[in-house]
Amino acid sequence: MSGKKPTKDIVLNSGSDAAGTDIATEILAGINRFGASRRDFIKGIIATGASVSAGFMLYGCSQESPQGQQAANAPATPAPGGVERLVSINVNGEVRRVDVLPNETLAMTLRYKLGLTGTKLGCDRGECGACTVLIDDVAVYSCTTLTHTVRKRNVLTIEGLVGPDGALHPVQQAFVDELGPQCGFCTPGQVMSTVALLKVNPKPTREEARRALSGNLCRCGAYDNYLNSVMRASAGGQA
Amino acid sequence: MFKDMMPSFELLMPSDLGNAVQLAKQQGEGGWILAGGNDSLDWFKDRNKRPVAIIDLAGIDSLKGIRETPDYLEIGALTTLTEIENNPVINEKYKLLADAAAKVASPQIRNTGTLGGNICQDTRCWYYRSGVDCYRAGGDTCYADTPEGMNREHCLFGADRCVAVSPSDTAPALVALDATMVVVNSEGEKTYKAEEFFVGPDVEITRMTVLKNGDILTAVRLPAAWAGATFYFEKVADRNSWDFPLVNVAAAMKLNGDIVEDIRIASSGIQCIPRRLTVVEEVVRGNPRNEDTAKLAGKSASRGATPLNFNHFKIPLLENLVTRAIRDA
Repeated sequence: MSGKKPTKDIVLNSGSDAAGTDIATEILAGINRFGASRRDFIKGIIATGASVSAGFMLYGCSQESPQGQQAANAPATPAPGGVERLVSINVNGEVRRVDVLPNETLAMTLRYKLGLTGTKLGCDRGECGACTVLIDDVAVYSCTTLTHTVRKRNVLTIEGLVGPDGALHPVQQAFVDELGPQCGFCTPGQVMSTVALLKVNPKPTREEARRALSGNLCRCGAYDNYLNSVMRASAGGQA
Repeated sequence: MFKDMMPSFELLMPSDLGNAVQLAKQQGEGGWILAGGNDSLDWFKDRNKRPVAIIDLAGIDSLKGIRETPDYLEIGALTTLTEIENNPVINEKYKLLADAAAKVASPQIRNTGTLGGNICQDTRCWYYRSGVDCYRAGGDTCYADTPEGMNREHCLFGADRCVAVSPSDTAPALVALDATMVVVNSEGEKTYKAEEFFVGPDVEITRMTVLKNGDILTAVRLPAAWAGATFYFEKVADRNSWDFPLVNVAAAMKLNGDIVEDIRIASSGIQCIPRRLTVVEEVVRGNPRNEDTAKLAGKSASRGATPLNFNHFKIPLLENLVTRAIRDA
């Protein structure tokens, strides 16, 4: 992970938040020094920032816990019937060990604990579809799924679609070929919904595709391009 | 982008019903029964409901699936809306429910959303959901029923301090199918007819159903008496996906040739409970199904309606939906 190292340096070096220009300089320096790709680097920054703020949030949450118990520092032995914190979840065919809070959503775990930032958080309320992932081949909103509920199930995110040789999944390729995305923020969700559709209905009509993607908002309004992409993907490359 | 965490809670994941009932009793007021979580998690994120412990029912297999008996079809409360939409028996005998389930929210929500959760979900009144101290939240004001209150989505019937409406698409279908709800608590099992299951503000203003702390809805039973009847479901919402109904209509009719021998019809979006339109039933029952009957039925549907400032449009909407239900079913 070439992206991680410079991130750490920056956090240590930057000291005060007020030193905005220093951070910018360090960021640039970081990229130059370690040769990290822009994407890796930004991901690293996000992950570090998130864990810092998440730590703060969790602290706050435990403070206001209704029973006054320190949930963030929960004991190793949960209450009878309660959940353990350290769990294994199967993500993209890999079993990942991760420390999960009882009140943690799958989107949170994927993005901020496992570094799978391809899954986007749009509304965090199950109202936009950007966080769509597949659980046992079924499309769900990861922002309204508690991570603990997927422990014995298979999670597939946009990162898991890529072939072993790094080739795009046919659905992703179709989205590229048809210029499906505009700004691209909703695209991972649209792709996952399409993958879920094609698993149960390999040759959907345009109307069926429209319905299958009706749980994914696109604020650019690129719906027609997305439907073209679905039709191309389902036809095996011929629109 | 960083998003907020929910406040902490204890997560309990019982694997059998007995254990869940025991936990629900133990937790009492601090407990929250979780099914699909689509609505529940929104409440927690907004910090307007703050349970101490969540009792997640997802691990209880006996609450899932569809079983047929000679007298009724039993649908486990944890059966997802997608399963209901695609189930061959429901499609053959109770298509009304399959049609209603197919109209709920979005595909992803139907994939995790359950029948039990859909009928037990709380109202969408945004004053209430934004955490204000209204009647439904235990306070002494209604913010929607005021001269400047935004009440376009609120009720036509049965207002009693609160003017919120039932947001469910499957609930009126269950009323029309004369369904029975099975509720379990530490004292045992009890069944309620669909019309008793939903309660209005005149009965209990802080709840939408008979379920109290410690109660768990385990199943819904559809009586064989209405299997294979003539059905009609239609929903009108501002958007075709995600949105809750402004008004919907669910009708089940037994026809003998042209004559409507029996009918049950209900609507959501117009009252705090899925409203059974008994006046319509009386107008239609025993009459031939034709344009005149349908029109009269439509007109009778809005009898007694008391619209608020911004929801007068629901009267012709309801009338037209009922007319279509009788004419086009």
